[in-house]
Amino acid sequence: MKYLHEFRNSRQAQALVQSIHRVTTRPWTMMEVCGGQTHSIIRNGIDQLLPDNLELVHGPGCPVCVTPVKVIDRAIAIAAQPEVMFCSFGDMLRVPGTTGDLLQARAAGADVRIVYSPLDAVTLAKKHPDRQVVFLAIGFETTAPANAMAVKLARQLGLTNFSLLVSHVRVPPALRALMTAPDHRVQGFLAAGHVCTVMGWQEYLPIVAQYEVPIVVTGFEPLDVLEGIRRLVTLLESGQSCVENAYDRAVVDQGNKLAQATIREVFQTTDCEWRGLGVIPQSGWCLADAYADFDADKRFDVSEVQSEESTICRSGEVLCGLIKPYECAAFGHQCTPETPLGATMVSSEGACAAYYLYGRHEKPRGSIV
Amino acid sequence: MNRHQSDERVLPSTVTWSCPTPLVNSDRVLIGHGGGGKLTADLISRIFLPHFKNAHLDRLCDAATVAAGSAQVALATDAFVVRPLFFPGGNIGDLAVNGTVNDLAMSGAVPRYLTASFVLEEGLLLSELEAIVGSMGRAAKRAGVEIVAGDTKVVERGRGDGCYISTAGVGAFAPGIDLDPRHAQPGDVVLLSGTIGEHGMAIMSVREGLEFESPIVSDSAPLNGLAQTILRACPDTRVLRDPTRGGVATALIEIAQAAGVGIQLEETAVPVQPPVAAACELLGIDPLYVANEGKLLAIVPPDDADAVLAAMRQHEYGREAVVVGAVVGRSELESSVALTMRTSLGARRVISMPIGEQLPRIC
Repeated sequence: MKYLHEFRNSRQAQALVQSIHRVTTRPWTMMEVCGGQTHSIIRNGIDQLLPDNLELVHGPGCPVCVTPVKVIDRAIAIAAQPEVMFCSFGDMLRVPGTTGDLLQARAAGADVRIVYSPLDAVTLAKKHPDRQVVFLAIGFETTAPANAMAVKLARQLGLTNFSLLVSHVRVPPALRALMTAPDHRVQGFLAAGHVCTVMGWQEYLPIVAQYEVPIVVTGFEPLDVLEGIRRLVTLLESGQSCVENAYDRAVVDQGNKLAQATIREVFQTTDCEWRGLGVIPQSGWCLADAYADFDADKRFDVSEVQSEESTICRSGEVLCGLIKPYECAAFGHQCTPETPLGATMVSSEGACAAYYLYGRHEKPRGSIV
Repeated sequence: MNRHQSDERVLPSTVTWSCPTPLVNSDRVLIGHGGGGKLTADLISRIFLPHFKNAHLDRLCDAATVAAGSAQVALATDAFVVRPLFFPGGNIGDLAVNGTVNDLAMSGAVPRYLTASFVLEEGLLLSELEAIVGSMGRAAKRAGVEIVAGDTKVVERGRGDGCYISTAGVGAFAPGIDLDPRHAQPGDVVLLSGTIGEHGMAIMSVREGLEFESPIVSDSAPLNGLAQTILRACPDTRVLRDPTRGGVATALIEIAQAAGVGIQLEETAVPVQPPVAAACELLGIDPLYVANEGKLLAIVPPDDADAVLAAMRQHEYGREAVVVGAVVGRSELESSVALTMRTSLGARRVISMPIGEQLPRIC
């Protein structure tokens, strides 16, 4: 596969690291928005290579992490119905709800299946007309087009046994919420490259103008992340607030217009709860009225489900960049990947899981290289 | 590699640094209990060991070494539940033979006899069964073992995945062979017999309908010949291990924990075929955790590493053998860490035991 080794070249990475050291003269705090970037940073040890006065905080861009507990609880309740074949992306299966997760629901008899695309769930619905196939449609702008396509395809095929349990979220309202939080520390953003592949980057212009915060659209491979950091530090050092695209092999200014049109046709914006962050106005998508008959929330009555968050988990503060995972008292003790209290410990993209898996159990003692 | 570790202090081997992992809050068996990671270890330590407790089992090796009259023999058993039954590079039949052959071989024994039990689902095509059994016969011949006893049961349609196979085997030891994960010492060199992740990703690619320019083929192979080659080149070999379920990471963590040492891997040294690397990227899975069925890890004293490597490369199943890391002492700074890896960027990360099954990521 192309695009693996080309963007992991250690010599080029060292050159970028040196360049970052050269341009950094003051302390800066930047947030990588996407969980995939957090994963790459920790997995490759990129944070260990940066100047001490450059701090990366890990943002709320992990869809698994921010899906609210009540959605998980409703998913489990729907999956438990005998006629339901419940389909989900793999890592949603271990996200803890109030009393359990979808894997445990499966062990208790629910028909829960891992799919790689919502279109696979449509295929299942076509193949099993006697079953109700429900797809857990979560994620950011990145997964929304394919989920919208699935609904359109189901309608085209005349399927009445397919529905979506939707918990879609959007990046720009979350960035606004972070910038308006009174104690926020973020001075610049590495925007999520794949979100911008769909949406383009122009919707960040008003954010940059209003909050005077630079944003660099950044990819996920080590060289992509380092280049994004280098350009963001350069902007911060020169006091410029603008949007730069450091991921132009995948992102064009306007994004993917066809994908955007599909999203607009099938979904409409709505207020949305983010796990750990609370409700952010207009930060989510639900099915548009024209497609409301594909809404699993309406098809299945699970209104009696009671949801409860852990009281000791501080994943919300982790998601806002206010604390590092190891600063939460539960981290590594009550809360581990086997017994996650918050979703940031569940997903391999979650900041807490990344810190736990890669051994960041305490504050780093400084650069290793 | 040793020059990096000269300043590390070795702690007494009585110090244990793996806490018992809490059982996931479930009163049922989860699919992750079969994943070869922490949940599997938990099931063994909480449910099986207390009831079966004995000195042989306590070593937690894939094969037990027991006395049979005056001789020592190795004894191993393994069950196979792979879906689909046929995959690129093999089928459940040769997997079932190679799996037990390899468990015996990793103890240093020469595998001799196998037994095979079949749980067949009503409706399985006899032609498929014959294809499976035929490949078992060929695999046994290739490994130099005989299948000398067997059993067959049939379950109703819908109560099995076509065919489950369990094999058991015995092997004989040459004099003086004593492999044990506890023998790994700081300074030892870690060798890997070839590229990793093929078996697990071959199965997953077929299951998920992923297609690549060149298909991923399982590495299923008998490793007894390669194991004996290594032991001839270095009778002092400390440990042999086939990194099956849970992959190279889990195998090395288990060895490090048993020996009370640490192991350092070099990311750039670990060979992964490009299609396997691509499939892992697509699914968000780390090849270090993916199952192999025809690869082995050898831990040998530093002075013998070159000779062992040269010998491995002469063998059919070790042509791409490489040095991937070294055994180090446990320094006080890293008292809870068994396995670390120097990344290709020169940073360092800790490799943890996987919890259960590897779950594909959303994006």
